[in-house]
Amino acid sequence: MKMAIIVLLLIGGIFFFAVGTVGIIRFNDTFERAHAAAKCDTLGAVLSLSALAVYGGFSISSIKLMLAIVLLWITNPVATHIISRAEYRRRIEKNAIGAGGNENI
Amino acid sequence: MNNILTISSIALSFTIIMCMARAVKGPLTVDRLIAVNVIGTKTIVLIAFASFIMNETYFIDVILVYSMISFVASLGLSELIQGRVDD
Repeated sequence: MKMAIIVLLLIGGIFFFAVGTVGIIRFNDTFERAHAAAKCDTLGAVLSLSALAVYGGFSISSIKLMLAIVLLWITNPVATHIISRAEYRRRIEKNAIGAGGNENI
Repeated sequence: MNNILTISSIALSFTIIMCMARAVKGPLTVDRLIAVNVIGTKTIVLIAFASFIMNETYFIDVILVYSMISFVASLGLSELIQGRVDD
């Protein structure tokens, strides 16, 4: 029963990593790539680390894994948002967004 | 259990290689930064898998430090991107 839960969580984590990678490769705009990368960061990593925490049981390593999960939940969407905001401000400064911008971005 | 973690590590390494393709041929620097950020997250999970394959518990401390350093690196590189007008 425990092994079934571990295998299910690992399959979910690898599936979300693969979906995020396909999104990073095949999308055409930068913001779409950032949107696909955020799914890779949050859900894939959290499901994989949760599978390892279930395998460890009640131990000190599982507490450290839960701390790593909380830290990933806090820091990674913030990093994605800050990268996207930097790119948006750069394009506003370049006048690429709005009327009469260049098309090859 | 070791077989399951080994197969998962191989699949995750394949996704890391596919992300390196975007990091090499991104048209802008932002695409490279996004791909490198995702590669950092995947290496965190890969170190966790290696920790449970080798039965070494002190690799999990490496995970915590690596995630914090990756976050600070993303902040610094995004500050560098903002002032760059010529792509």
